[in-house]
Formats: sequence, structure tokens, C-alpha cells
Amino acid sequence: MHSKTHDKTPVFHISRRTGLPWQKALGIRFAGIVLALVVCGFITMAATGLNPISVYGTMIEGNFGTSRRIWMLLQNMSILLCISLALAPAFRMSFWNLGGDGQALMGALGAASCMILVGDRVPGGVLILLMVLASIACGMLWALIPAFFKANFGTNETLFTLMMNYVATQLVAYFIIRWEVPKGSGKIGIINQSSKAGWFPMIGGNKYLLNVLIVAVVTILVYVYMRYSKQGYELSVVGESEPTARYVGIKINHVVIRTMLLSGALCGVAGLLLVGGTDHTLTTTIIGGRGFTGVMVAWLARFNPIVMVATTFLLVFLQGGSSEITTIFGLNQSFGDIITGIILFFILGCDFFLNYKITRSKTGKEAA
Amino acid sequence: MEKKEPVLQLKHVTKRFGEVAANEDISLDVYKGEILALLGENGSGKTTLMNLISGIYFPDEGEIYANGKQVVIASPRDAFSLDIGMIHQHFKLVDVLTATENIVLGLEEEGKLDLKKSAARIEEICEKYGFSMDPSKKIYDMSVSEKQTVEIVKVLYRGASLLILDEPTAVLTPQETQTLFGVLRNMKQDGKSVIIITHKLAEVLEISDRVAILRHGRYITSMDTDKVNAQELTDAMVGHAVSLNIERPIPKKPRDRIVVEGLTVKSEDGVVKLQNVGFHARSGEILGIAGVAGNGQKELLEAIAGLQPIESGSIRYLDEDGKEEELVGKDPQAIMELGVSLAFVPEDRLGMGLVGNMDLADNMMLRSFRNGKGIFTDRKAPRELAEQVVEKLEVNTPGIATMVRKLSGGNVQKVLVGREIANAPTVLLTAYAVRGLDIHSSYTIYDLINQQKKSGVAVVYVGEDLDVLLELCDRILVLCDGQVSGIVDARKTDKQEIGFLMTSVGGGTDAQ
Amino acid sequence: MLGFLIRFIPRAVGQGIPLMYGSVGETLTEKSGHLNLGTAGIMYVGGICGVIGAFLYETGRKTLNPFLGIAIPLVCCLVGSLLMGLLYCFLTVSLRANQNVTGLAMTTFGIGFGNFFGGSLIKLSHADLPSIALSKTSALFAAKLPFAGSLGWVGKIFFSYSFLAYAAILIALGVSYVLNHTRTGLNLRAVGESPATADAAGINVTRYKYTATCIGAMISGLGGLYYVFDYASGVWSNNAFGDRGWLAIALVIFTIWQPVHSIWASIAFGGLYILHMFIPAGTNLAIKEIYQMAPFLATILMLILTSINNKRENQPPASLGLSYFREDR
Repeated sequence: MHSKTHDKTPVFHISRRTGLPWQKALGIRFAGIVLALVVCGFITMAATGLNPISVYGTMIEGNFGTSRRIWMLLQNMSILLCISLALAPAFRMSFWNLGGDGQALMGALGAASCMILVGDRVPGGVLILLMVLASIACGMLWALIPAFFKANFGTNETLFTLMMNYVATQLVAYFIIRWEVPKGSGKIGIINQSSKAGWFPMIGGNKYLLNVLIVAVVTILVYVYMRYSKQGYELSVVGESEPTARYVGIKINHVVIRTMLLSGALCGVAGLLLVGGTDHTLTTTIIGGRGFTGVMVAWLARFNPIVMVATTFLLVFLQGGSSEITTIFGLNQSFGDIITGIILFFILGCDFFLNYKITRSKTGKEAA
Repeated sequence: MEKKEPVLQLKHVTKRFGEVAANEDISLDVYKGEILALLGENGSGKTTLMNLISGIYFPDEGEIYANGKQVVIASPRDAFSLDIGMIHQHFKLVDVLTATENIVLGLEEEGKLDLKKSAARIEEICEKYGFSMDPSKKIYDMSVSEKQTVEIVKVLYRGASLLILDEPTAVLTPQETQTLFGVLRNMKQDGKSVIIITHKLAEVLEISDRVAILRHGRYITSMDTDKVNAQELTDAMVGHAVSLNIERPIPKKPRDRIVVEGLTVKSEDGVVKLQNVGFHARSGEILGIAGVAGNGQKELLEAIAGLQPIESGSIRYLDEDGKEEELVGKDPQAIMELGVSLAFVPEDRLGMGLVGNMDLADNMMLRSFRNGKGIFTDRKAPRELAEQVVEKLEVNTPGIATMVRKLSGGNVQKVLVGREIANAPTVLLTAYAVRGLDIHSSYTIYDLINQQKKSGVAVVYVGEDLDVLLELCDRILVLCDGQVSGIVDARKTDKQEIGFLMTSVGGGTDAQ
Repeated sequence: MLGFLIRFIPRAVGQGIPLMYGSVGETLTEKSGHLNLGTAGIMYVGGICGVIGAFLYETGRKTLNPFLGIAIPLVCCLVGSLLMGLLYCFLTVSLRANQNVTGLAMTTFGIGFGNFFGGSLIKLSHADLPSIALSKTSALFAAKLPFAGSLGWVGKIFFSYSFLAYAAILIALGVSYVLNHTRTGLNLRAVGESPATADAAGINVTRYKYTATCIGAMISGLGGLYYVFDYASGVWSNNAFGDRGWLAIALVIFTIWQPVHSIWASIAFGGLYILHMFIPAGTNLAIKEIYQMAPFLATILMLILTSINNKRENQPPASLGLSYFREDR
């Protein structure tokens, strides 16, 4: 029995890395993504018969082929990035806000309700101002509820925010039926199609540019807020260690609620941009799960707003590219989700090699 | 003990964490039916070595023999199968389970789970060695010594013949310690071997048959206990005979700075942590706080720093002009806003005093981040402060952009103390300021504390080493079970008196 | 009133069974300290794998061998969900990836997988509707107890279900028994509460986490299978499974991690889910949507109440969501 244990000497030994030069870290990440792209290329090849090179050729074509496609790419990036930016401060504070979908949907509801209920009874500028206020307030409210209970009773925020998404969906579904046009269709359709009341102005005849510019500004603001502001510093301390935060007199409840209000407000803005800027309608699926994708975008970028631009691009590019492939080859639209899933698995897996190293055990060698 | 039969032999064992060798080339034998004390300073590698034997860590080099045969201990399970059981300093018990459930955890006994039968066997073991314990009690309802009993019974239940206890007495009262020692002697009678890790010399002399000494991760020597005295042990432990020789200037014009009266603090679950505590901390003076760990020291400092909800009593701060401010009911920020410059070096450095995942400069900002103009933080001043601290306190770091958790214990403490004394405090609270530090770093810290004293700061020094308390402090307040059992003049007292006060509940109130 | 119950209860049960599978599977997973937000995806994968198996077997056959007709989809479903469970474990246990993000990625992948293959099969079968109907297999799965019809209302309320429904209840009872009355269950609870303690007690933490998560995934996957072949009568249409996976996760909280409570709670949730179908005619249709909030609101309420009450036994496993590395100091 005892002699048998001799064979159990672990051959490999896993230990935590103490430090990793950034070049090497970047290299590991890059290798992970490349490996993922190669695997996805082969999967696509199996499904379509294309060789992997032309798979990615098609994907690039699908995203950059025409100026309309480029604008769609930018628009999708804007909305996803806006939601991811909203989530990042909460995550940095170790608050798992999985309620981005619901908060953005409430923002969309806020904006749409102004367009429908107020319409062209007030000047255009006033209406847009109302929409901005309403969507931000709705997003904030949806974030405030779980934040309040987390701050005061320690209620699990991951599950609370998750549930709030579905409450929001049903609430929006309710209003859609209340406001449906035409009656019985179960849809709202394009709001104020003739008067265009509450539609954001086009810049140079382009309806996407304004959204892109707004999100670009938001990106810089969030970056500066998280990195250079006192509040950004406070939320980082709370996220790292609550006892330390208390020790230096940071009011944790305060910070949790304040940060979540910011998170909700920015989600509300994303909803606003969708309704007022591009879609001009309200559906229960208008956010399209970006609240969840945003979690992954923010996490992959380690909550750095500038890096998030890149991770957003990666995910939107994959979605756009695989949608092009599915159209050409008559595949199902969901192909993109599979590809996205696989890429995420690889990136998540390669994190391990950033934090841990595997060494061959010395005693293992001797025993062998 | 004529026929010495080694039950366990370590040969040239080495364990590294990253670049640091926690154990280097250690060879050690343990014999049947003996109590071996493993003695060494904090950080000398005692716990790491025992973790290697119990399968928590795996050695990088070296061999282990059990009963004469070479073995590989890759997991705690392997250790159990060799009848080795370890009682960790931080108890490894599942809070929501009962004592019995914890004891049978992980066992592969025949038949289905029968907690009643197990409970009966537990009672049997308790009786045999002289424990008392309720097998159906949940761990979260238990006192520290009850939890320790569960840990020991757990190991015995598995039929361990070699027991390793990591600083078992640190959390016990003297009475509980005596009970434990009785149990250990019963085990010895029963033919079991015991390794006890400790740094209390008196206990080593009282309970052990043999002492093995570690220093800086290396094995120094082992001696039969009945042939050594405390001085020889100390010398072997620290390398050469040291009388501490800590500087102790006479306080200049001490004035009351903090006045605590009738302070009572309860923990979240209603346990009284401090009861009717009263004392004065004076400027230019070091007030030592002595007591067995967990007798209210942490709560006392946190109460003054505004981190503990206070049941009743008052904590008043007197400034230079004699103006009084009540600190009870104020949080750290409110205290700061009163203009009270209070520095606090907490026990849990990386968990409370610093943020491990931030760099030195960002950690300097913890105290000062509110200072910048407008909504933005001022990042220049903390960076300069970090540079200064690194230079003045000789912090060993690649740079100020290094994450604090990557520094060694001594350097972490220098960063923390450096920051705390940076904004000219009038009160300095320190908890176990030299725990885990090497001797050189410890003296650096004593010097820093003395500098603060000389510049008129009221220092409250919570310590565990009585020798240090006796040489460093001007007065010593002794806490026992959350009550003040005495306040004595450090120049006129001795270890015996303090030791006595540490073990006598309510030995005296404000005995000024 | 009885008439209402006879109509209402069987439908509530039909809605509740997938939730029961999902929540019991997720409870088992969470007891090992892993919050698997991929459950929604796993249930999709379980469902579609069953559909693929049944499609390959049923297509072109006039009659089905009852044993194979059940065994093939069942095995396919179990294998599919097992693979998802293994993937989740490999990432979160072995590679220590963040559980929340991994779970969400699994959900994206799983729903995509389900809809992709669902869509492809729909295309293959040249159906007019965007769905596949596997009625023969469904007939096998949905077979009711033979004596149910002869027992009047008792039969309708208690005995009118298929074998997978009763299996769900048996699995919930079984998991509950294992967790609370066996050595394995005790060890598993310890792993979820404090892996370091379990490790020191000689429990193979990694093996327990893998086993619990994979079995949990397989149980959850059965929920998808039940949904397609019993509730939906063998009709797969994309996205039809909806947000039930999240409801299953909500149920875990609602039942305070006790699978035995999941039996009644799942059916109650199923009832809340379909309550809107029973509102009196003439009421504003929009109100339906408000009724559909009920299960989510109930879960939120439960979350709040347990956190305010703060009883030790009712809290989530203490190490839920944290990965374990033995040498972390």
C-alpha cells in the first residue's frame, strides 16, 4: 500500500504566477485568440465546405464589404460598447450586474414612452431632452432596486439583477400591447413615422454617426472616471477589499448605490440610442441579449474601457461575419452564437495560463 | 526512551514559493511515543514544513520516510493513510455542519452513513483522552476551544498515530491549555507521536520531550528538552543571544490624548467583545496592550478608529488646546473631518490596511485620495510619498508601480506604516506591528514607532511578545476576556505580573 | 372550482417538470460551489440532442421499437448535456475561469447550438412550418399511466403524466436523499461550503466538483428533453424553450438549495407561468404580460427575504462562485 503511493508522484505541478511580463501576457492572449479563430475556421469549413482562409475572407467582406455594412458594424459596436461600459464600473466594484439587458430595455421603454405619449405636442428639442431624462431615470431605477437590497441586506446581486431582466421584459410587453399599432397586431411599429418626433437628428444624412459619436465620448468619460476620479478610485477599493474601504472611511453602501446608478444610467442611454437614434420602435428583444454579451466584453477587457473597444469589435465582427456566412450558405443565423461561444471558451481558457504556470515536478523526474 | 523508533523521517526536503525557499534542505526524525516541539520565529518555515507532511503542499525536493519506507504524500488523503493527522492553526471545519458531520467528513467507512454510531464512537474517544464535546452541535455555535477539540477528535477518529498541532495554544486560555496538555500526555501514553508547533518557550519546556529548531527555513538542531533551558532555546532560535535593547526614551510632558470610559462592544452575533473598558492614552507615550490573542484587542483599536459599532461608553479625543471631541458614533471619514489625525496599522495588512492588487502609489492614495481638487484624484503627491517611503524605510521593491501583494511581509508592513505616519498623526494605533517580520525589519518598525513617540504622538501598541512590550512601552494595559485586568508601569513590572493579569478576568479596572 | 383545478393543475405540472429537472440539476451543481449560469444553454443542448437522435431514428420508419424510440433520444440527450457539463467543469474547475462569464458563454453557445441544429433539421425535413414534428417519438414519451383515465379527477390531477414527469420527482427525491443522508452528499456539501476544509479532510475536491456538475448538467438536460417530447408533443421550434433555464436557476434560490422543495415549487412556478392563460375573458390582454412577471417577482421576494432573515442554513453554499486552488495562501 505504501510502496504503491510512490507511483502517485505528480508529474506536473501547477503554481500561481507571481508576475508575467506584459509582452508574454499579450502573447498568450493573442495565441488564445488565434487558436480559437483557427478552430472556428475549421468548424465553419466543415459546415460550409469553404477553406478557412475564405471563411475569414467572407467574414471580413460581411463586415466591411459595403459602407452600409461598415455603418452597421459601428452601430452594433456602439450599442454593445455602451452597455459594456455601463457594466464595467459595477464589475470593478465586484458587483455582478447581470441586469444590463433589463436596464437598457427600461431605458428604451422610457424613451419610447416619451415619443408615444408626448409626441409632437412639444418642440422637438424638448421632446429629446425628455427622452434622455426618462430613459436615464428608468435605467437607474432598474439598477437601484437590486443595489438598494445589496447595500442594505447583502442580497445576492447576480441573481437579483438576472431576475430583473425578465420583469423588465414583461413590463415592456405590457406596454407594447397597451400602445400597439394597429390594434391587435401585438407590435408598436415605427413610432411617429410621419412626424419623426423624437427621432435623433441625422448628421450629414447618416443616422448612425450620432450614436457612434455619443458612445465614443462615453468611452472616454468612463475611462477617465474609472482611472482618474475619486469616485472611480473608491469603487476600485470597494471591489478589491471591503474592510480596506471601511478602514479609510469609504461608505460602501453609498458607493454601491452610486455606482449602480451610473451603471443603470448608461444602460438607459444604450436603450435611448436604440429607440431614438436608429430603431424608432420598441420590442421586447430590442436589446438582443447585449446585456449578457456586455458582461463578456467587459470581463475579457478586464474592465478597461479602451481595451473594451477591441473586445467589442471582436464579438461584433464575429456576429456580423458569421451572419454573412449563414446568409451565403443558407445556414441558420444561430451559427454566429456557436462561433462566439467557442471563441469565448478559448479566451476564458487561456486566462489560466496568464495566472498559473505548469512545471514538471522535480521529484517526479527523479521517480520516473 | 531507550529504543528510538522513527515513525517519520524527512530527508533534505525543500519547498519554494516562487523565488522564496520556505524550507531548504531540512532533515528531521520523529520518534514513536514522543512529543516533539517545533520551535522557530514567525516565518521560519514551521507551518510550511508541517503542511508538506500533511499533504497540503508537495515538496520540490527531498524524500519522506514513514516507518522506514519511502513514501509520497501528494494529498491529505495520503497523509491519512499513513496515520498522519494535522490540526491547522486556522481550523478547517465546515461552519454549517455539526461536529460529528465534520469528523466523519471524507472518511470511507464501510456501510451507509450512520451519524448516531459515529457520535457514539466520538464520545468514546473523548472519554479515553479526556475531552468534553457535544457531537451534535453546529460549528458556528462553538467557541474556539470547542472547535479545536473537534479538530483533534477528527484526527484521532481517523486513527492517526502522528498528530501535528500548529500553534494550538495561541487561541486558548491557560486553563484550556492545561486541559490540552493533559490530552497530549494521554496520547503519548497511548503510544502516539505528537509534533507541536509553538513559539512559547514555557510551553516547549512544559510539554515536550524533544525540541527541533528551525530558522529562516533551515533546520538548526534538535535537543532533549530536559537538557536545555530557555536561554539556550532562544539562542538557537534567533541565531545568537540577543537582549532586545529596544530604545525607550522618557515621555516628554505626556498629556491625555485619548480618554476611553466604560467602553462596551458586542460582535455582530451579540457576543460581548469589550466590557466596560477605560484608559487614557497620552501624547509622547507608548501604551502597550497585552493579552492572549482574541481577547478584545482588535475590537478596541477598531472602536477608536471608528470601525466598530459601540454598545455604550465614550471615546474622547483631546487636542493640544484641550478641546474635546467625542469619537463614538463617527466613522473614519467623520473622524478625519474633525481634524483628528489618527493613524491605524491594522493586524490584517493586506486585507484591511492595503489593497494587495494595487501598486505602491495607489496604496499611498488610500488616505489622501480625497485631497485632490474637484472630482479628480491628485496622483502626483501619492507617487512622491511612495518614492519617499521606499527610500527612507528601505522598502525592497522593483518600483512604486509594483503591486503590494508581491512584496514580502516586512516590506508590506513598511509601506503601511510609512503611509500611516506620513500625515503627521497625533494618535498611532498599531496591531501586531512586527508579526511575521524578520528581526531587522522589526527594529526598523520599533524605531519608527519611537520617532513618533518623540514627536508627541500618542501610540497604542498591541503586541504579543511580552519581552518587546516590556522594553518598548511606557505603560501596559492588559486585556483579558474583553475586560481591563490591569494597567501597569512597564518599567516597574515583569513578565510574571503581566502573565498573571493576562489570565485573570477583571483583575482591576482603570488602575492609574 | 374542481373543474378549474382539473384544467389548471396538469398544465402547471407540464410547465413545472422542465423547471424541476433544471433546478434539481442546478442545485446539485451549486452544492459543489459552482454557479452554472450555463444551465439555460445546457437545457437547449439536451433538448436538441434528443431531437437529433429521434429525428435520425424516426425519419423513414413507419413504426418505432418502443425501447429504442425512447432510449435513443434519452441517451443522446444525456450525452449532449454531459459534454456541456464537462466543458463547463474543464473551464471553471481545471482552468479556474470565472464561473459567471463561462456560464453566460455556455448559454450563448448552447442556445446557438440548439437553434442551429434545430434550424438545420427543419430545413432537412422540408416542413412548411418553422418547426420539426416528431410525433411518433413523442407518443412514446408522452404515454400516460394506463389507469389514469379510469380514476376521474384524481386520475387527471395525479396520474395523467408521462414517465419523465414521475422520473423528475424521483430524481428530486433521490438527489435530496443523497445530499442529506449519505457520505457522498456530506462530502459534496463540504466541498461547496469550504473546499479547503474538504481537501484537508482527504476529499478529492476536483472529482466531486466534476461529478456533481456533470450529473447536474445531465439532469438539467432531461428538462429540455421533457419539454420537447412531452410538453411540446415532439415539436421543436427555435427559441420555443425561452427563458425557462433562468427560471430553473431562480428556483434553486427559491427552494433554498433543497431539491425536495423543488417538487412543489416547480409546479407552483409552472402555475404562475401559465396563470395568465386563465384570467377571465374580457380582461385587458395586456394584463397577461404583468401576470407573467409572477415567478420572477416571487424569486426576487425570496432572495430578499432570505437575505434579510440571514439564517445560516438558508444561505447559498459559502464558496459558490469561487474557484479553488490548493496552494493559494
